[in-house]
Formats: sequence, C-alpha cells, structure tokens
Amino acid sequence: MKRLHLERLANPQLLALVAVLLINWLLFPNFFRISWQDGRLFGSLIDVINRGAPVAILAIGMTGVIATKGVDLSVGAIMAVCGAVAATMVVAGYPTPIAVVAALSVGLLCGLWNGFLVAVLDIQPIVATLVLMVAGRGIAQLITEGSIVTFNDPALIFIGTGSFLGFPMAAVIALALMILVTLLVRRTAIGLFIQAIGVNRAAASLAGIHSRMLLMLVYALSGFCAAIAGIVVAADIRGADANNSGLWLELDAILAVVIGGTSLLGGKFSIPLAVVGALIIQAMNTGILVSGFRPEFNLIVKAGMIILILMLQSPLVGSALGFFKRDPKQAASR
Amino acid sequence: MTIISKLAIAASLATALTSVSIAQDNLKGLTIGFSQIGSESGWRAAETSVTKQQAEALGIDLKFADAQQKQENQIKAIRGFIAQGVDAILVAPVVATGWEDVLTEAKEAEIPVILLDRGVDAPEDLYLTSVASDQVKEGRVAGEWLVAEVGDADCKVVELQGTVGSTPAINRKQGFEEAIAGHANIVLARSQTGDFTRAKGKEVMEGFIKAENGGADICAVYAHNDDMAVGAIQAIKDAGLKPGTDIKVVSIDAVPDIFAAMAAGEANATVELTPNMAGPAFEALSAYLADGTAPEKFIITESKLYTPADNPQGEYDTRKGLGY
Repeated sequence: MKRLHLERLANPQLLALVAVLLINWLLFPNFFRISWQDGRLFGSLIDVINRGAPVAILAIGMTGVIATKGVDLSVGAIMAVCGAVAATMVVAGYPTPIAVVAALSVGLLCGLWNGFLVAVLDIQPIVATLVLMVAGRGIAQLITEGSIVTFNDPALIFIGTGSFLGFPMAAVIALALMILVTLLVRRTAIGLFIQAIGVNRAAASLAGIHSRMLLMLVYALSGFCAAIAGIVVAADIRGADANNSGLWLELDAILAVVIGGTSLLGGKFSIPLAVVGALIIQAMNTGILVSGFRPEFNLIVKAGMIILILMLQSPLVGSALGFFKRDPKQAASR
Repeated sequence: MTIISKLAIAASLATALTSVSIAQDNLKGLTIGFSQIGSESGWRAAETSVTKQQAEALGIDLKFADAQQKQENQIKAIRGFIAQGVDAILVAPVVATGWEDVLTEAKEAEIPVILLDRGVDAPEDLYLTSVASDQVKEGRVAGEWLVAEVGDADCKVVELQGTVGSTPAINRKQGFEEAIAGHANIVLARSQTGDFTRAKGKEVMEGFIKAENGGADICAVYAHNDDMAVGAIQAIKDAGLKPGTDIKVVSIDAVPDIFAAMAAGEANATVELTPNMAGPAFEALSAYLADGTAPEKFIITESKLYTPADNPQGEYDTRKGLGY
C-alpha cells in the first residue's frame, strides 16, 4: 500500500511542476517568498495559483470531454459570452446573484448546445464546438456592443480578486470545483461510463450506458466550467472584454489536460492531474515574467518546456531512461 | 443611456470636433463612401461613430460599409461605391497589400480616395492622401512627459509592450526609448508583452511588482495602450501601493476608462490616438475639390498629451458615448 502511495506522488506531472518551480527559483531567488499583506497571501507562488485558476477550471470541464474522445474548442468563446452577460447585467442594475446565475445558465446552455450537436446529431466534436468558438465571440461582442463593459459591483469583483483564508478566490473556486467534480466522477460510476464511451461508444451503448445523456452531461459541464472561468476573469479585471477574454485559452486548457496524462483518444483521464497541468503552464508564464527574459523568447521557452514535459510522459523515452518503468507483474496485480 | 442623451452627446461632440477654421461648405450634399475594417476594438467603434458624426455635421451623405476584417469585403464595397458614382471614398485598409487594382479603378473613375489610419503598399498617385497617427511620436510624447515629470530624480521604469512584433508595439517602444535616451536617471528596467489586453497587463504588472522588491523599486509604468495600464493599476492596488503616486502610470490611446482612472488620481498621463481621422480627411478633400489643391500625401494627426489637469471627468463623459 505504501509503495503504491509513493508511486502516485512521483508521477511525471508533479515532478514537472516541481522542476518548473525550481527553475523559476534559480532564475528569481525570491520566487518562493510569500508574505502576508492586506489580509491575503502575496507572492509569486500565489500568482501562479491565482492566474492558473481560469485555465484549471476550463481543464476540469475539458478533461471529461476529452475522456469521451471529444474536444471542446468553444470554451474560450463561452468565457467571453458569460463574462459579458454577467458584466452587462450588473451594469444594467440587476443584483449580483442574478447576474451570476444568468451567466452560469448561459454557459450551461452553450454546453448543452455543443452536447446536442455531438450526441444527438452525431457531428464530430471538433467541428461541432468550432461553431460556438467562432460564433460565441461574435455573440459576446454583440452583448457588450464591442466595448469593454467596466463595472464596480463589489460582490462581483470579489469573485475575481477577493480572498478566502488568505488564498485568492479564483484558486479556491478552482480547488472546490476540482474536488466536487472528481468526487462526482470517481465516487459514482459516471467516471467509468465516461471512460467506456471514450474507448468505444457503440460498445458502451450496447452495454446499456446512456451514452447520449452522458455526452450531453460532459459538454454541459465543460460549458458550465467555462462560464465560471469567464466570470472569474471578468471580475478580475472589473470588466468584460469580449475581444480578448478567454482568447486561445481553449488551447491552454487542452494542453493542460494532455500534460495531465489524459489521452486524446479517450478512455483514460485524471482531473487533478489536469489541474496540475494548468499549474505547470502558469508556473512557466509567471516564471518568464519574473525572470526578465525578453518577450520575444516567451513562446520559445514555453514550447521547449512543454516538449520536455511531454517527452517525459512518452512511454518510449520513459523506458529508455528507465524512468517509471513499472514491473508488469506488479501493475497487473494492482 | 437613452437615445436622446446619446444624440445630445453626439451633437455636442460633432460641433466641438468640427470647429475647424476653413468652411467646408462645398462638401454639403456630396455622397462619400466609407469602407471600415470592422469593429474589432473600442477605438475602431469610436472612429466609426466620429466619422458618421463629422459627415452629418457637414451635410455629407455617408455610405458606410463594414468589412468585418476581410479585404475582399472592402474591395467589393469600394467597387460598389465606384458603381454608385460616389464623390469620394474613405478606406481604413485592413492589410497593406493588394490594393492596386481597385484603387486604379477608382482613379479611372476620377473618384478621390483617402486612406484612414493605416497605409497601403501601392503607388502614391493612386490615392489623394492618407491620414494616420505617428506611433513613434506617441511613444516619444509619453517619454517626454516622464522626463519632465521626474526631473533629475532616479526613476526605474517598467514597460508593458503591445503584442510582440506588432507595428504599434515596435513604434511606441522606439519613440519612448528615444525620449528617455540621454537621461541616465531614467532606466527601462523591465519590458514584457501584455498583448494590449487588460487581463495580461494586470498579470504582467503583478510579475514586475514581485520581481522589483514588491514594487518599491518601480517609479513608473509605461503601457503601450490604456487597457494594459488599467490592468496594471489594479495590480498596483492589489499590491498595497498607490497607482499615480507610488508608481506613476503613463500610457497611450486616451480611451474613456483611463480618464476615469485619471479622475480618481490613479493614472498620470495618456497620449491620444485620435479617433477623428475623418476630420482632417474631409478638410483635405474640401480644399482639393474647391481649387484642386493637392494635400500632403501623409497627414499626421496630433498626438495630444492628457494629464489630470485636462478635466479627466469631462473627457470621460464626452468619450463614453462614442462606443469605445
């Protein structure tokens, strides 16, 4: 039992996260310094979990979708739409809870629309979600009339910049969501069903799994997560920026899920590791900011690190290095 | 905002902006086509509404075509204008290349074409003039303000760049560096890209603050646009510092939200990228139609500096109705 526990901790994702953080520390000695300021924790490490939260939230929803051998390209645009809905409603004088619930409902609806296209009309996920990816930003621009809708509602701003026990609200939301969704899929049979659909949808349906319902569910969850991320991001900058909110974040979310070891071919997934993936990406971003590299190098540094991390996960490289080589007998006995 | 108050603001703006010295009566009753790129940013939306207001004030019948970021739509729109036999055409070109054919068609139809805010790679005789801002000058004005503001005191500046490799980012950086060159007390300590967005501006500024001794070492932040400055202001506040006092904030564009920050004492200066490209364009057109005066080939708009002394609240109220 103890061995198994250790093995779990020593997975490539956590090692990569630690490695990235250590590199940051080498480049910027104060990286791990955390101080207490104005009733909240303050430091680069806190920035990593705070700034990584939106992508982590997206990755939680995206993991479910990818586990069914799908992909959701529309999450960035849904973020923009939901941020726009929340901001314009608050500006129009609606109470904050109503604005937030409306934004979450819109996200859920967007997700259900994707789910409908994929599960009922049998459109390929990449095409089905491309519709909203393109149209969604236009819808968001319609809602905000092309400008950044700035608001001053303290309750809404709290969602993005407030703190809970000293930790940034965005990170707390991401953590709570991760625990909830992980429990939902792992303590019930839903996770198993999702995996079954990812391996072979036809076979899963024949085995009695309501694959349509489950597909609708995972896409709805992804839309819902995108709505939360959209509200968090808008609340953080006190404004809904339809042109830029969530732009290209769908790619970061997919990357986080992939770094987390979830297979794009479906059937194997881990939500907590996808969140770790999001933290790895953000740790690199924050590291670049504090290290003082010239901005021209940002993408090159990021690409190099990601290639390294993905190589560590490759079975071929792994066995060549004798890294995480598992005794097949032991693996079978588990 | 009600329609009536919108109209009132529009009317007051139109009168304010069109108080040019020369009478442009000869434009009255003319039909002018305007091919706009789209409405990808607040600034562009403002440019569209200012152009419409200007045309209305001059009694011009403005035919407006939104190209939705596509050159083919713009070329179609221009051909449409030529077919309708308009008196002049305004174009804000989405890309620099591929305009020769359609501009030649306009020239053959003897319709003067004026380019707004961006140039094209085409022979200069194919268009009457181009009205644009000087981005290097914008950066220089921002830098000169800082030089005058800090005097001889030591000042460590951090820079929030626009999108890496984009023309405004390169030019605004160059202009600022030109202005602070020769002032050894002003040091550009850190420079990173904030992609012209509020969210990235905030994130990058957070990083800078951590890297520079909790922000205590930073004397000023220079942002290539106001949106990033607004994000940076929030990051400064989150770090327990006072934007505008502890860390000076200077940026470019003059969008309404930076005036709101300025009114609250949180921003120090902004350089205007005027949305009024149509005003100088109509002026040049009027002179050309009156007696054939060929205008200068490149009309540079003013890069006006705004500080808290320039009634930021009033500027905010005026600009808010423009669709920024």
